Amino acid sequence: MDPQARILKVLQSVAKKPVSPGADESLFASGLLDSFALTDFVGGLEQEFSVSIPDSDLSARKFDSINKVAAYIASRS
Amino acid sequence: MAFLRAFGSWLPPRRVTNAELAPRLGASPEWIFDATGIEERRYAGDEDSVAGIGVLAARDCLESAGATASELGMILVASGSSSRFCPGPASQVAAQLGLASTPALDIPVASCGSLIALALAAQTAPAVGRVLVVGTEIMSRLVEPTPEGKDTAILFGDGAGACLVDADKGFARIADWILSTDGTAAEILKVEDGRLKMDGRSVILHASRKLPRVIDEVLKRHNIDAAEVEAFLLHQANLNLIARVAASLKAPQERFFANIARYGNTSSASLLIAASEWHRTRPAPVSGPVVLAAFGAGLNWGAMLALPSSAQ
Repeated sequence: MDPQARILKVLQSVAKKPVSPGADESLFASGLLDSFALTDFVGGLEQEFSVSIPDSDLSARKFDSINKVAAYIASRS
Repeated sequence: MAFLRAFGSWLPPRRVTNAELAPRLGASPEWIFDATGIEERRYAGDEDSVAGIGVLAARDCLESAGATASELGMILVASGSSSRFCPGPASQVAAQLGLASTPALDIPVASCGSLIALALAAQTAPAVGRVLVVGTEIMSRLVEPTPEGKDTAILFGDGAGACLVDADKGFARIADWILSTDGTAAEILKVEDGRLKMDGRSVILHASRKLPRVIDEVLKRHNIDAAEVEAFLLHQANLNLIARVAASLKAPQERFFANIARYGNTSSASLLIAASEWHRTRPAPVSGPVVLAAFGAGLNWGAMLALPSSAQ
């Protein structure tokens, strides 16, 4: 499964519905992630990709779209 | 040693309900409640000052302790909303308590300021005897009640709290604390140009991780499980955040005292207002561990552990 599909899987798990936003669509502006769902999303990404996201990277802007998340995860690999 | 001897609080009488606020924000009362757990908050009057309402909380605390201002060895005043930076409200609080030489210091830190002041008081009390900690905020003057400002306007309210830290006696002994600061994320929560500016999503991300972690750390130092804690007294930032901290710690949520529904987020005052209301419901000496914790601008966060006074 490619990284974007895995990110979408985490997002769908957090959103609890089969959402499929565009790769550059804002997950916040579209209402898919509120503040607390974002926290779950970040935790889900850590599990899915077996990475530890440090506090210094806890900026919502890094997780605002599938593409931004993919770029961030790639930078952590 | 240092002890928690008494708490006090003061809230302005004016209640601002979600129903009153919502139309100005272009939001619904239900949305405000679902997002925050807040039903109403208090707003200070035009004539009120940060120092003035702090004095009212201080007097409530001293009365609760059966103490007088003349017994104080030091005053620490936490506030992030004082209209004047220098001198800050501490000297005015001391003056209005009738003190002309007792040292009174400002802790200009929002949200976590009263926890920082409590930690400093615990260190200072053995030298000076009794330290009065005050957290006092008029946050309503820093938010913009418009659709553009709704993310902060829905949250914040005004109020003041106080705590008397005593070197000799109290209902709980301050056993330990951890304070932390991370200025690399300072921009996500700040007061600038007279307005509170907040990247709420990033703030929640940080708080959701840092608060459970620091509480767990201070408990582990004393081999205490979260389930053994008698009461968790947290900065009242958001009811959903408090629930998340409880879940992270695997501690019963009913042990987390919450009054945010009635007062909103009163920044540095909230921890002491919550502690004051909690203590009024159970004035006897504590029989188990009590945790106080806060997170806020700076970023600053921390946790304090208080134990039964007889425990070593």
